[in-house]
Amino acid sequence: MARFTPKVVTANALLEGDVVYLTADNRWSRVHEEAELITEAEYGDQRLAFAAAQKNVIVGAYLADAKAGQNGPEPTHFREVFRTRGPSNYFHGKQAELN
Amino acid sequence: MYSYNEFDEAFVRARVAQFTHQVERRIDGSLTEEEFRPLRLMNGLYLQLHAYMLRVAIPYGTLNPHQMRQLAFIADSWDKGYGHFTTRQNIQFNWPKLPDVPKMLSALADVGMHAIQTSGNCVRNVTSDHFAGAAVDEIEDPRPYAELLRQWSTDHPEFQFLPRKFKIAITGAPNDRAVTKAHDIGLRMVKNAAGETGFEVIVGGGLGRTPMVGMVVREFLPIEDLLPYVEAVLSVYNTLGRRDNKYKARIKITLHETGKEEISRMVEERFAELRPLFGGNDQKLLADIREAFATPAFRNAPTDAYDAFYKADPVFRAWADTNLTQHRNDQYAIVTISLKAHGQTPGDATSDQMRVMADLAETYGHNELRISHEQNVILPHVHKGDLPAVHAALVKAGLGTANVGLISDIIACPGMDYCALATARSIPVAQEIATRFDALKLEHDIGPLKIKISGCINACGHHHVGHIGILGLDRAGVENYQITLGGDGTETAVIGERAGPGFAYDEIVPAIERLVQAYLEHREGPEETFLEAYRRLGLQPFKAALYPAEGNKDAA
Repeated sequence: MARFTPKVVTANALLEGDVVYLTADNRWSRVHEEAELITEAEYGDQRLAFAAAQKNVIVGAYLADAKAGQNGPEPTHFREVFRTRGPSNYFHGKQAELN
Repeated sequence: MYSYNEFDEAFVRARVAQFTHQVERRIDGSLTEEEFRPLRLMNGLYLQLHAYMLRVAIPYGTLNPHQMRQLAFIADSWDKGYGHFTTRQNIQFNWPKLPDVPKMLSALADVGMHAIQTSGNCVRNVTSDHFAGAAVDEIEDPRPYAELLRQWSTDHPEFQFLPRKFKIAITGAPNDRAVTKAHDIGLRMVKNAAGETGFEVIVGGGLGRTPMVGMVVREFLPIEDLLPYVEAVLSVYNTLGRRDNKYKARIKITLHETGKEEISRMVEERFAELRPLFGGNDQKLLADIREAFATPAFRNAPTDAYDAFYKADPVFRAWADTNLTQHRNDQYAIVTISLKAHGQTPGDATSDQMRVMADLAETYGHNELRISHEQNVILPHVHKGDLPAVHAALVKAGLGTANVGLISDIIACPGMDYCALATARSIPVAQEIATRFDALKLEHDIGPLKIKISGCINACGHHHVGHIGILGLDRAGVENYQITLGGDGTETAVIGERAGPGFAYDEIVPAIERLVQAYLEHREGPEETFLEAYRRLGLQPFKAALYPAEGNKDAA
């Protein structure tokens, strides 16, 4: 069996469209490092199903590859890195709002 | 220009009211996302990478000052104080919040605008020559026909669920500035042997993952047959177009799978059925629309101020040489306002800049503004005597960049900085190329050169028809950029040729620099443009410059 790549559950908030991550205590956080790092495929499916059921809070939940970092999970793919901070041409989005 | 009549007004207001309720029902949970998604897309609302995005239609790229000011107001009230003008002559707001969208649509309706049919598998905004009504080479202003097509296609019951989206472009000039050959239907105004005006009808052009130059299915279509003929094309496509495979659903594939002869036969057959049903009402409507596009009352005044400034001020002269185009009235000029200041985002304008452009159009430009598919703003009618004042105001607003048609006048899609479909970023690549060549002070020496950048295979950045095209891809989790060369989006349309393996993000700008250096070394003189040199020399010398380590080995 192929080794499972760790993941986080991510989506966009229904009202603002902002990127959100599912935490271990079932909250939606705007911060990637607060996400729950999922290390097992079956559990990942369960968490995704839990997320997808929250239809009035979030849109388009999916599992994104991640890795353990010093302060919590970190994205591995560049697309997910961009989603943690916002566009590169203006200081808008999370990079402006979270600091 | 055309103003909404009572019917347009009532229709748009009704749609705003309808969508307002749909948003409310989505927020209170009565509608699921699956139910809501097609409804929001019908109203131009996308969910992108970081936020929602509202795409607002600017019919055939024409705006009045009042509308431009309203776009600025919307940007300030519900977005982040700017807007992004697109390659389809539309504007996109990148940061709306869902509960605010009905207010934005209502504000648009106040100035006769909307976001309807800016997404979905329907007939999208009809695009046109941004110099329409002013160009010296024009047979006739194409915008009355574009407006007729807009009215006919808006909420057309038969064409709301086509196999795929459908794009129509129209030009009234032999020099094609509307990329008509890369549209589902391209309409080029022509004269027949009898001297009558009609359209050459081109079908099945398009970029995206299967780029194709369109085919001429009718060499001369009389003007009065426009709607029934276009309806016949849509009707045949709606029947034959593939709904089983999204990637084979555009009319270009239908055309290739069915064959031009058979499609033409079916279109003509359907046209014969439809033609009598129109009964002349479309022509009555067209006559009314034509009046709305009457030529402005041009001023007759001396142009001395222009001549004096042109001689005395090198900054003004540089701008006049690149950003002005000959007007059909020789006292006038067409002004292209560059939204490509070096290092800035191609196609973006702040709300302050929008207001400056609106004021200039009102004071000096007969109340007209245009958006070009090259993501610039046009003042189509400016008296030459007013050009020094217009230039001074533009410079003050950061809009005086003298680079139209040059290497930094780059088309770039939003790419992975905004777009959920993107596979790589395009904006920073455009910013860095512009900054680099500005620093080298080579831009004016290089001369006309169109670089077009797309951040995914869907090709919103028209990379296939760039003299230099750049396509951003995701190669094994890393941004990678492929170069195509020799593309052309005009009446001599050609799909560019892939130069070879792609380049990493930090290699792409140096690669473009080597390419341009090779052009400068190989050209016969400054009068030979990049595209001409490429056509004379072929791929080889440019490939050698791009892949120096490869030596004589075939890099592809």
